[in-house]
Amino acid sequence: MRSHWLARTKYTGGVLQGLTAFACLIIIAIVAIIIGNIVLHGMGKLSWEFLSQPPRDHFTKGGIFPAIFGTAALVILMTVAVIPLGVATAVYMHEYAPKRSRLVNLVRLAIQNLAGVPAIVFGLFGVGFFIEFVGRGLDRGLYGGSLVYGQPAIIWSALTMALLTLPTVVVATEEALRAIPTNYREVAYSLGATRWQMISRVVLPQAAGGILTGGILAVSRGSGEVAPVMFTGAAYSLPELPVRLHNQFMELGYHVYVMSTQAFDVEATKPALYSTVLVLLMLTFLLNFTAIMIRARIRKKLRNGR
Amino acid sequence: MRSSGVLPYRSEVAPLPKLRQTGTLSDRIASVVIQGSAFLAILSLILIFIFIGKEALPVLTSSEVQKEASLSRLFLPQHARAGEAAEFDWQPISDTPKYSLLPLFIGTLKVTVIAVSIAIPLAVAAALYTSEFAPSWARETIKPCIEILAGIPSVVVGFFCLMVIASWLQGAFGWTYRLNALTAGIGLSLAVIPIVYTVSEDAFSSVPQAFREGSIAMGASSWQTASRVVLPAAMPGVLAACVLGFGRAIGETMIVLMASGNAPVTSWSPVDSIRTFSATIAAELGELVQGSPHYHVLFFIGAFLFILTFLINLMGRWCVGRLQKKLQGAA
Repeated sequence: MRSHWLARTKYTGGVLQGLTAFACLIIIAIVAIIIGNIVLHGMGKLSWEFLSQPPRDHFTKGGIFPAIFGTAALVILMTVAVIPLGVATAVYMHEYAPKRSRLVNLVRLAIQNLAGVPAIVFGLFGVGFFIEFVGRGLDRGLYGGSLVYGQPAIIWSALTMALLTLPTVVVATEEALRAIPTNYREVAYSLGATRWQMISRVVLPQAAGGILTGGILAVSRGSGEVAPVMFTGAAYSLPELPVRLHNQFMELGYHVYVMSTQAFDVEATKPALYSTVLVLLMLTFLLNFTAIMIRARIRKKLRNGR
Repeated sequence: MRSSGVLPYRSEVAPLPKLRQTGTLSDRIASVVIQGSAFLAILSLILIFIFIGKEALPVLTSSEVQKEASLSRLFLPQHARAGEAAEFDWQPISDTPKYSLLPLFIGTLKVTVIAVSIAIPLAVAAALYTSEFAPSWARETIKPCIEILAGIPSVVVGFFCLMVIASWLQGAFGWTYRLNALTAGIGLSLAVIPIVYTVSEDAFSSVPQAFREGSIAMGASSWQTASRVVLPAAMPGVLAACVLGFGRAIGETMIVLMASGNAPVTSWSPVDSIRTFSATIAAELGELVQGSPHYHVLFFIGAFLFILTFLINLMGRWCVGRLQKKLQGAA
C-alpha cells in the first residue's frame, strides 16, 4: 500500500519534472523557428545593393540605405546623451551617496520605474515635452517663431530614446562598479587622491567594460524600438539623409512597420521586407552578443574578486 | 548561493573616511555634475508625469474638449443618434466623434490575459527547470535562448506574428478574422516570457541551498523539493515576475499594433479583432490635429497607461522586497 503510494508519487514527480523541461524545449523551439524563418526568407534579397541603395517603386526595389543610416545616426546621438547621464547616475549611487540613504533608494526606484514605462508613453512624452515644449520654446527664442525644432526631428527621437535606455546603462555600470575591489579605492585615498581623482583615474577605467556593455545593450535596444520614434522624428520614406539635428530620418524598425502594414502590394514587398527584418535582427544580435561576452568577463572578475 | 539580479546589492564597502576631500575645483564641479545627473533620473520621471498629464488634463477641465470627450462620454454608453440604443463606441473620426474607452479596455484586457496565461506557465516552469533540475549544458542552452528572445525587437515579433503566425493559425482553424486577439496574444507572450523567466529564475536561485539539502535529507524527491520547498520559498519572487510580466504586456505596442487587427470591437470572443490602448495611441497620434479633443483623449489614455504600469512596477518591486526579507529571516 505504502510502496504503491510512493511509486505513484515518484512517477507523478517525474512527469511534472519532465513538463518543466518541455517548457524549456518549447521556448527554445520558438526562438529557433523565428530565427530560422527570418534567415531562410531574408537571405535571398540580401546584397550589397540592398544595403547601399535607397528604396524605389513602393519599397519593392532598391534597398534600405537611408534606414540604416538613420538608425545609426539616431543611436549615435542617443549614446552621446545616455552614456554620460547613465554613468554619472550609477557613480552617484555607488560612489558618492551615503550608503542606504533615502535619496539613493529614490533614484533606484526612479530608474526601476523608468525601465517599466511603456515605450509608447515615451513617444507621447517626446511629443509633449521635447517637440511641443522644448522645440517650440527654442523656435520662439532663437528663430523668431518659425518652425525649426518644434516638429519631429532626429534630435528629439534620440533624446526620447536616451531616456528609454537610461536604466540599461545605469544597471550595467553599477554592476561593473560593484566588481571593483574596495581596496582599490582605499589605496587611491591613502595616496592622497581626492574623490574625483579616485573615481576618474581608478574606478572609471576599471569600469570601462561595464560601461561599454551598457552602451552596447542600449544601442541594441534603441535600434530596434519603434514606438518612441514614430511621432518624434521617424519618417515614412525620405530621400534625403538626416544631416542636421532638426531633420527627420528613416529608421529600420519603423521601416519594417511601414512595409508590413502600409505596403502598396504586400506580396511584392515581401522579399525586401524579410531582408530588412534580417538586417535589423543581425544588427541587434551582433550588439547583444558582444555585450554578453563583455559582461561574462566582468562577472568572472566579480566572482574571482570576492 | 545568493545571486545578484533582483536582489539589491549589499555593499561590502567600508564606510568612506569622514574627512571629505573636496578641496580642488574639479572635485567640486564633478560632485555637482554627478549629483545633478542622478537627480535627472528622478526629474525625468516627474517630467513624464507632468507633460503627459498636462496634455491629458483638458479632458477633465476644458469645456471646449468636454463637448466631445468628457469623462461620461469616455466611460458611459452614448446615444449615437436620438432614438437609437446607447452604445459603447470608439469612433474618433466621424461626424459625431465617439470616444468610449470600453472597447479599448476589453481589447487590452483580452490580449493581456491571453499573453500572460501563455507566458507565465511556460516561463515559470522553464525557470524552475533551469534552476532546479537542469544539467549545466541545458542551462547553458536555455539562458542564451532567453537572452536572444529578449533581444528580438518587438517590431520583429509583430512582423513575425502578422506574416507567419497569423497565416498558420488561420490555415489551421479558419477564423473569420485573420488578425485577432489570440494571434496578438501569442505574439505578446513572446515579449513577456523573458521578463517572467529572468525574475523568477533569480527568485529560485536566491533560495538558500540549505533549504534543498534539508528537504532531500528528509527523503523528499527532487520534484517534491522543487514544488514544496523551493517554489513556496520563492513565491514572492514568482509573484513579482507575474506582476512585471503583466505590466510589460499592457504597455507593449508594436506587437498588438501589427497583429491584433485594430478593430475596436466590444466582444469577449478571443478570435475577434481587437484594439488596445497602446495601439490606439500609436495608430492615431500621427494623423490628427494637435490640441483637438482627440489629441487630448490619446494623452489621457497615455497618462492612464503610465500610472497603471507605474503602480504595477511598484507592486512588483514590493514583492521582490518581500522575498528578500523572507529569505533573509530564514537563512
